[in-house]
Amino acid sequence: MDPIANRLLTLILFSPTIIAGVLLFLPSGEKKLLRWVAFIGSLFPLAFSITLWLRFNSALPGFQFEEQYIWYQAINSTYHLGVDGLSLTMVLLTTLLTPVSILASYSIEDRVKSYMILFLLLETGMLGVFLSLDLLLFFVFWEVGLVPMYFLINQWGSEKGEREIWGGRKVQARTYASFKFMIYTMAGSLGLLLAIQMIGVVSGTFDMPALFSSWTSLDGTLFGLPITTVKAIAFWAFTIAFAIKVPVWPFHTWLPDAHTEAPTAGSMILAGVLLKLGAYGFLRLVIPLYPQEAKFYAGALAFLATMAIIFGAFASYGQDDFKRLVAYSSVNHMGFVVLGIAAAAFAAGTDNAVIALNGAVLQMFNHGLSAAGMFFLVGVIYERTHTRDLNEFGGLFPLIPVYGGILIFTSMASLGLPGLNGFISEFLVVRGAWPVFTVYTAVSMIGLLFTGAYILKGIKKTLHGPLNEHWIGHIAEIKTREVMVIAPLMVLMLWIGVWPAWILDVINRAMSVLF
Amino acid sequence: MQFPILSVIVFTPIVTALLLLLIPGERKTEIRVTALAAAFFAVFLSAWVYFSYDAAAGGYQFVEKYNWLPVLGISYHVGVDGISAPLVLLTGVVMFTGVLISWGLDDRPREFFAFLFILATGVFGVFVALDLFGLFFFYEIAVFPMFLLISIWGWKVTREYAAMKLTLYLFIGSVVALIGALAMYFSSGLNTFDMLALEQANFSPAFQRFWFPFVFFGFAVLGGIFPFHNWSPDGHVAAPTAVSMFHAGVLMKLGAFAALRVGIMLMPEGARFHLPWIIFLTLVNVVYGAYIAMVQTDFKYVIGFSSVSHMGLVLMGFATLTRDGLIGAGVQMFSHGIMTALFFAVVGMVYDRAHTREIPQLGGFVRVMPWVAVAFIIGGLVSMGMPGFSGFIAEFPIFMGLWNYRPWIAIVAAISIVITASYIIRVIGRVFFGDMPEEFVGHITDVTVLDKVALGVLCVILVGVGVYPSVMVPIVESGVKSVLSLFGGA
Amino acid sequence: MFGNIDTTMILAILPEILLLVLAALLMVLDLLWDEEGRRFLGWVSAGGLVVILVVSLAVARPGEESSGVWGGMLRDDWLGFVFKMLFIFGAAITSLFAMEVKALGRRGEFYLLLLVSTIGMNLMASAGDLIMLYLAIETTSIPLYILAGFFKTDSKSTEAGFKYLLFGALTSTVMLYGFSLFYGFTGTTDITALTQTVLSGELPFGLVLGTLMLVLVGFGFKISVVPFHFWAPDVYEGAPTPVAGFLSTASKAAGFAVLMRVLLVAFPVAVPYWAAILAALSTASMTLGNALALAQRNIKRLLAYSSIAHAGYALIGVAAVSSLGIAAAVFYLLAYVITNLAAFGAVAAFSRVSGSDEIADYAALSRRAPGLSLVMLVAFLSLAGMPPLGGFVAKVFVFAAAVRSNLVWLAMVGVLNSIVGLYYYLIVLKVVYLYRSEDEDKPVPLTRSYSIALVVLVAGIILVGTVFAPWFGWSNIAAAALFPPG
Repeated sequence: MDPIANRLLTLILFSPTIIAGVLLFLPSGEKKLLRWVAFIGSLFPLAFSITLWLRFNSALPGFQFEEQYIWYQAINSTYHLGVDGLSLTMVLLTTLLTPVSILASYSIEDRVKSYMILFLLLETGMLGVFLSLDLLLFFVFWEVGLVPMYFLINQWGSEKGEREIWGGRKVQARTYASFKFMIYTMAGSLGLLLAIQMIGVVSGTFDMPALFSSWTSLDGTLFGLPITTVKAIAFWAFTIAFAIKVPVWPFHTWLPDAHTEAPTAGSMILAGVLLKLGAYGFLRLVIPLYPQEAKFYAGALAFLATMAIIFGAFASYGQDDFKRLVAYSSVNHMGFVVLGIAAAAFAAGTDNAVIALNGAVLQMFNHGLSAAGMFFLVGVIYERTHTRDLNEFGGLFPLIPVYGGILIFTSMASLGLPGLNGFISEFLVVRGAWPVFTVYTAVSMIGLLFTGAYILKGIKKTLHGPLNEHWIGHIAEIKTREVMVIAPLMVLMLWIGVWPAWILDVINRAMSVLF
Repeated sequence: MQFPILSVIVFTPIVTALLLLLIPGERKTEIRVTALAAAFFAVFLSAWVYFSYDAAAGGYQFVEKYNWLPVLGISYHVGVDGISAPLVLLTGVVMFTGVLISWGLDDRPREFFAFLFILATGVFGVFVALDLFGLFFFYEIAVFPMFLLISIWGWKVTREYAAMKLTLYLFIGSVVALIGALAMYFSSGLNTFDMLALEQANFSPAFQRFWFPFVFFGFAVLGGIFPFHNWSPDGHVAAPTAVSMFHAGVLMKLGAFAALRVGIMLMPEGARFHLPWIIFLTLVNVVYGAYIAMVQTDFKYVIGFSSVSHMGLVLMGFATLTRDGLIGAGVQMFSHGIMTALFFAVVGMVYDRAHTREIPQLGGFVRVMPWVAVAFIIGGLVSMGMPGFSGFIAEFPIFMGLWNYRPWIAIVAAISIVITASYIIRVIGRVFFGDMPEEFVGHITDVTVLDKVALGVLCVILVGVGVYPSVMVPIVESGVKSVLSLFGGA
Repeated sequence: MFGNIDTTMILAILPEILLLVLAALLMVLDLLWDEEGRRFLGWVSAGGLVVILVVSLAVARPGEESSGVWGGMLRDDWLGFVFKMLFIFGAAITSLFAMEVKALGRRGEFYLLLLVSTIGMNLMASAGDLIMLYLAIETTSIPLYILAGFFKTDSKSTEAGFKYLLFGALTSTVMLYGFSLFYGFTGTTDITALTQTVLSGELPFGLVLGTLMLVLVGFGFKISVVPFHFWAPDVYEGAPTPVAGFLSTASKAAGFAVLMRVLLVAFPVAVPYWAAILAALSTASMTLGNALALAQRNIKRLLAYSSIAHAGYALIGVAAVSSLGIAAAVFYLLAYVITNLAAFGAVAAFSRVSGSDEIADYAALSRRAPGLSLVMLVAFLSLAGMPPLGGFVAKVFVFAAAVRSNLVWLAMVGVLNSIVGLYYYLIVLKVVYLYRSEDEDKPVPLTRSYSIALVVLVAGIILVGTVFAPWFGWSNIAAAALFPPG
């Protein structure tokens, strides 16, 4: 292979960092320059990952484009990267959403330089999680992504709103939300950290492919406890960490706050990619490392997923804040991902499992597209009206027809209208999970019903109904730049909806190998 | 004969101190330039030592040995191993950045730099000493300039109290340890203070069990071990900026390092006997220190207590007596030194401009001093053990060591990570972000270029070690190997 | 009765002879010179003492083994020699300090008394016979009584002289009584011969012990240990500062020389008993001295109590009863003499300008006289036992001796006490460096004699603290005189 291919993953991983480094030396006053450098820079990883996609041979099992260098020798941790169908999909999603989000952030005026640098570092963090084949490295990137996100919410989040915390003291809502986001995730990853340390100590290596065989086959006793107990505890440590990130009910409460307060592009990335990290963790680590435990506890997980679907839908329906509505919809949609994973864990080795997993992974990708799109559209209208209260909108369709069309299109994708991407993935999940967890799946269908309800509510309250006269002359049509943001997402939604094979094929191969 | 590089490093500061005292006190610029030149020379040489240390060969390198008092077996014997080499570098860096940051000091800078440099000589000396007597000799040199530095140039409110408390605590600790060391000297029957020889002395288990606590705690006082940590936050807070940097950054390492070198390495059996309960004290350090840091409202006290917590991790790493734990502790000494120097530098810069350190009264500093804010955030991330920074590289193996030793301690200690995260985030949010109070608007100026250089150097090191641990870990590992060989394992 | 006088015998007392010559010279010069010329008396005295020091070091070094000369009246050994050098050095420094002091520096009799007293000390250090010892002690003491009360018009000084005299007379009487009892029991006054009688077991043990107590009273006074210390603070405070410095250093060291020699040579049989007594005295001295020093407002009184405490530290070495212990004690005294002279010198230099000895008046000294402050810093930190200064090494050695002799508890007491000590020394330094005062703009000039003396002392303190091998070598052979090899 040629030198580029040898280092392709490293290039993808660190090209955003390099761009961030370049930005550091540009004058902070030149906002336009900074924006364009960041945007064009973020196209590089996209180009690389498209190259990767094209060169990836989905017929081969296992990881490809592997790179391994000495990193932290003393504890046997290496810089080990590699992709399979699962991570490839996620890498593509990430590198696609980042330039789109940067384009969506052109309206940011305050400290553009720091903003863009953080955004690009965030991209490196997320990509690192998807690319790592070393448990420690995985954790490194897992945590690294947190920091830029924290600051994006904390500094560039919505300026309005206050929250009362204990003691009656009032803090800015974005401060509250970012703190909650940070602490939830940190607390979640604490268990993960401890479990990783424990695995490292017991196995003497952090290399994932090696662990998949050595850790699972371990038996005897450990620390005076039967190995199964230790594994069960470690399983829950992993599960909770990832469940918080997904988020699975009841660990989801940070999400609406964080989403609501984050800047538009932050929400896009948060919903589009960060939530996928949790699901990816389940697929990449939990199921391969703990097949028995996963199978044993799959029922519980499916229960939680069902709850997430139902409650997410209900909660979403109950919101008057447009952004919060979309935020809760993420809980709802990610519930399907988890349901698919749970079903697969339970029925590992069967066709149902593979189908459910295909659905779950595709749902991850799809939700990335549609959630990012929805948040962006909410952001667009917020920028014009400075309110997110659904009750203050109404009848806007005639005023902004193009925006309205786009909103309806994206909503439909999110809702799962056949012909668009959401339908394919949700159908696959349900198809795969039905024989395994019939009751849960059936109950989840009710949630699906409410998904329709809240999305229609959102459309109705904004676009239809009596016109709120206040907005006449005060609301402008969507700009070309903004269309450029949403266009690639819409193309993909349609493409996958109509012809999913190009992506499902890659996913399917990976899933059949994994399980 | 090879160039006596360690001796040059050790004596450069004190010779500079004498030179400074010869310069008339009113020629301040001349004094500062001299100090900076010497500090640069020292940091250059210590980096030289660090980077030319051969980790593959291990053992003690750059060794120099001269007779000092042959009758009693006292020699001037210096050398560095994998554990002390990073600490020598640390001292050089902190000294250099400390001088940069003290550039603006206007009250008797001559005496200030002279005392600071005497302190530096003591610190360098302890890290390189291979002779027990020499170690004590330099150890005490490092303690007493602290008193003057704090009481003369410190924070007016508490400086007298804090300086006295600190000096007495440390002096008590060191003399208690001294008695233990003398007992070792006589009981070995080797008539030598050479630590390399004493390592082979095979003291009887009963002897080691009796004397180990004397030596270990005597030094660990300076390492801030619970319940003898009390001097440290007070001292940190009262000290002037450069001294706080030295104090928390280097001096506390001195205690931990000496506890390892003299306590654990010379009396392995005693260590094996006592450390299982000492580890509980360090656990208290880690968790309680973090908790107390969280409830402080004074910016500097937050950092002061965070040092207690982090030094607890160092001692905890020692106490595991495992390879991983010791490697982690070795890296943590370096990482925490740089990090806390950075913290105190930042606190000093904020205080110099705002004249208050009450966190609720501060805010919005990122707008006027972005460099400082970024530096503090990087330090904060190191402190939280955020991956990608040196703190993670250090803490991770410590925890692995704990898993090998007693898993539940790892779990309890991990709580401190969340606590640390919460107070660091709080401080960042309150001090650097948010709205700037009315009275500061327009009165706060950005820091000088020299300050930025200092902060930059510290940040680069923190990130460098975090991203590329191979720059440090193999060296520490080689040092740990020789420690473990004393325990009959590799 | 002395047999043939040969060069060894002359060389053994060469320092004393030279001192006598110098004293005579000063007396003559004092008569010949007018008021203006007497300015130089101090230089002559100091210069002469330095010459004596150099000459003695060059030609009068004793042999390896301790031998009796002048019919056993004196011992010619390193123990005596090291102490002699120390006394001469102390006297030289004291001369330099005294020169610029009003009503002291231009008085020939002052130097004369100083020299005579030094001769007495020299003889004390080498006395080998009880009669000789008593004579030497009195030769030392009587000039010192006068020196302490030298300011006739100053009531405090007069009081100091008188108090010193009364205490001194009383204790030396008790001691003389002890001496005479020994003579009565054994029929000999030769210290070495005394040993044989005591060893032969003819004497009832209780009797020996009782008599020993009487002798210890006299020695205790000289080295000012608790409970024979009452005179020290008052005398130091009242006496001219250079004299107080001399009293607290050379005179104390002389007492130690005698103590070591008599106890170790004459009473080896009673070692456990007197070692226990010395350990107790040492504990009491250190503890009480330090505790009382804490409360002092006058720097000379503070130094007085601190010197009581330091006697306690040095006693640790003696109480260890080993070659290392004695060597440590000798080394301790060496370091202590140099250090304490520096401390008193700094005090004298300051009070000469300001006329005050109150600690509070030292405020802002570092701004008025940075050099003098630095001297105080070095001296006080050395007293506190901080490296790289002499006091540190000295303390390490005595503690080491204690640990070696299984007196860990005594070492611990010493350790605790040095912490208390550190506290009050630091308080003084804090005043010097930290506090501000209204007189800040008034400099404190140093005369040339002070500058020379203080620079020499500071260099000495650092030298003893860093290059300690030669000094410890001396102490070691001095100790070997009492512990013959084998």
